[in-house]
Amino acid sequence: MQLDARAPSGPLSEKWDRCKMDMRLVNPANKRKYHVLVVGTGLAGASCAASLAELGYNVSTFCYQDSPRRAHSIAAQGGINAAKNYRNDGDSVERLFTDTIKGGDYRSREANVYRLAQVSRNIIDQCVAQGVPFAREYGGQLDNRSFGGAQVSRTFYCRGQTGQQLLLGAYASLNRQIAQGRVKSHPRHEMLDVVLVNGVAKGIIVRDMVTGQIERHSGDAVVLASGGYGPVFYLSTNAKGCNVTATFRAYKRGALFANPCFTQIHPTCIPVTGDYQSKLTLMSESLRNDGRIWVPKSNGARKPDTIAESERDYFLERKYPSYGNLAPRDISSRAAKEVCDNGLGVGEGGRGVYLDFADAIKRLGEDAIRERYGNLFDMYAHITGENPYRVPMRIYPAVHYCMGGLWVDYRLMSNLPGLFVLGEANFSDHGANRLGASALMQGLADGYFVAPYTITDYLAGVKPGVGTEGGEFAEAEARVGSHMKRLQDTKGKVSAQVFHRELGKMVWDHCGMARNRAGLEGMLRAIPTLRERFWREVSVPATAGGMNQALEYAGRVADFIDFAEVLATDALTREESCGAHFREEYQTEDGEAKRNDADYSFVSAWGYNGENQAPVLTREALQYEFVKPSVRSYK
Amino acid sequence: MKLHLKVWRQSGPQDKGRFELHTIDGVSSDMSFLEMLDVLNDRLLAQGKSPIAFDHDCREGICGSCSMMINGRAHGPTRGTTCQTYMRNFHDGQTVVIEPWRARAFPVMCDLVVDRSAFDRIQQAGGYVSVNTGGAQDGNCLPVPKDDAERAMDAAQCIGCGACVAACKNASAMLFVAAKVSHLGLLPQGQPERAGRVLAMVAKMDEEGFGNCTNQYECEAVCPKSIPADFIARMNRDHLGSSLIPSE
Repeated sequence: MQLDARAPSGPLSEKWDRCKMDMRLVNPANKRKYHVLVVGTGLAGASCAASLAELGYNVSTFCYQDSPRRAHSIAAQGGINAAKNYRNDGDSVERLFTDTIKGGDYRSREANVYRLAQVSRNIIDQCVAQGVPFAREYGGQLDNRSFGGAQVSRTFYCRGQTGQQLLLGAYASLNRQIAQGRVKSHPRHEMLDVVLVNGVAKGIIVRDMVTGQIERHSGDAVVLASGGYGPVFYLSTNAKGCNVTATFRAYKRGALFANPCFTQIHPTCIPVTGDYQSKLTLMSESLRNDGRIWVPKSNGARKPDTIAESERDYFLERKYPSYGNLAPRDISSRAAKEVCDNGLGVGEGGRGVYLDFADAIKRLGEDAIRERYGNLFDMYAHITGENPYRVPMRIYPAVHYCMGGLWVDYRLMSNLPGLFVLGEANFSDHGANRLGASALMQGLADGYFVAPYTITDYLAGVKPGVGTEGGEFAEAEARVGSHMKRLQDTKGKVSAQVFHRELGKMVWDHCGMARNRAGLEGMLRAIPTLRERFWREVSVPATAGGMNQALEYAGRVADFIDFAEVLATDALTREESCGAHFREEYQTEDGEAKRNDADYSFVSAWGYNGENQAPVLTREALQYEFVKPSVRSYK
Repeated sequence: MKLHLKVWRQSGPQDKGRFELHTIDGVSSDMSFLEMLDVLNDRLLAQGKSPIAFDHDCREGICGSCSMMINGRAHGPTRGTTCQTYMRNFHDGQTVVIEPWRARAFPVMCDLVVDRSAFDRIQQAGGYVSVNTGGAQDGNCLPVPKDDAERAMDAAQCIGCGACVAACKNASAMLFVAAKVSHLGLLPQGQPERAGRVLAMVAKMDEEGFGNCTNQYECEAVCPKSIPADFIARMNRDHLGSSLIPSE
């Protein structure tokens, strides 16, 4: 298969304008004849649905939550980047572009990233106009904070709840369109299949999670904005409901899955306390400005205050003297894993390291620390029952974000005509690693400012109106029905969660912070056994209709098991270390990632090849015309 | 520790519902309340029984999905959401009564799951600024006094969980609606539609079957985001003022 990214030619700064000029339009009177289906109502989905409806299209939205407002974008804390240069500190579109492409370790498309930096400015204006209560300075102007990976202050924020406020803004715009009758919202609906008519996306099959009914919905275009696949690791900072089902089922219909092995690990999360643990909570990285990270030099359960200074190993300060506790995310995460692998980890289960504020409190006083981090300390105390002013915090890395996703071209359309993929669900802008405060930017860029144009262009070439009567719909509905029947007929004795936990442990151990050939091959051998056990032993209550949360969950776990094979295959075949993908075989003597531009400067796009068959790889070569890939250095 | 759970079970909106008793042992004090229920559900599934349905998602106190009445208190014994309630706040041998939100406007759908779509409809009635995508002026063209922005944010951080309604003896949604009305009403962007917004949202709230406010402040006491009841007074002033403006 030949992949055409459809990136326009010409100078970088003119590509998007040129593309917009080249795109076709739909007459206002004709827009109402078209219907677009949007799956997922986070930042990307809600903003896209609202914007399309404002243009005059009919839109249906679907989300598994009980309200569009609860999509997991709501949990983003830090902020949203925009190249406004309000600080006069030298920011520009060019600089945001360069930072993002470098942060992604040169594994993203130049044209996409440049467009993202360009429209970042419009996003802030749009959100302000909607009434998003951004932090302000005393003069009433918008405030900024700085964030990792950048030397300028370009992050806009709403306290520690930026994602919430941006989502509520998009949700408000969506509500306005719902009230006007142009959007029909379907909460508590889960997408279970994409329907292709003559190879073109024309509909979806969903399950009404309240009645249990399987429904057919047809549209002239289908938009997937269903988020990332973090919970393939079981434990992550994602919501419990986040899942790969929508994108994975599209993959099974022929959409390509790009770079699944690019998964980001966040170094400062509250560690696991027991097997029952369902979720990991992120603690802001800013804590590393004043906290010192250490483990005891020898193992054995001891209270931290009984461990003498000479008995402590401040491993980041030791290994990275110039960056110390502020070493980049991937380096810090791997160093913590290494000391825990050596049996030096602290806390229950031994998967944790201390983040100690004793020195900072001695130096600055408890009040100063409270002022800086009070809310985080409270959150930690609430969750762990420990007082971090007295006892060092325990932290451990956790899965946080997925850079990989369905392959899309410059116009955010997958290789299946009519199937658009937005936000975290696509792979497009972050390469091998995402910078802080860029996820919100990308979701809203896709939904507000890219997809409304590109979907219009697509619809201009499509005859509107498609029913759900066709054989393709019946076939897809039957496929979904038999899959669910199979789950309910298993009548095993083990909950899906048990399998999910087992899968997650395997993926985390072998395809997490550090990967190697033996581990990945072992994982690929173990997954079929796990799958076989799942389908023999899983317990799903059979109900005639109505709510069945165990059925929903089992379906997602089944997809995670299958998807983990694609993930491991991608990690195995990318024989280099870049960004968040660290292959132990490819590192420098001092443990830095060794990227291989000569052989791996491409996007890996995986195609479904049938049940129990290895996926097929298609490569999209990455060309760097405007930036020169260089080696990241922290020395 | 060992706990005796009295859990509300209801197979669907038409079912009368009843309490079901479960004893669960081996509960760790570090578990969250929802993780304790996960363990119980795993055991029920292992016995081929139907697990307890409940709403949950982010499990970090921000999505507003979780919604349980625990021993008569919305979200349980500590301030914060159900998902942020930890088992160290319970003691060995305790009986814990778990119920769904109880309000006419929030019909029970299944076990502990209620239908809160009335909240969505209230916001559809006017909880927005009528601005289309594109064409917005530069963000800094509209200065917003810092104090106003802060106060708007105090209101805007409502997570829409519905604890305020569940805690209120009148099942009033005044704190929720007041938070929504005040967020936009305190900002310059919200001024052009301010009068129409408060009238429409309050009318919708009444239509949905929420009760009135009798100043008991139970809502404020259980709000996981500590949204103050002052906003209700602010909304009432806004509503009165707006209702005096003659409509065209």
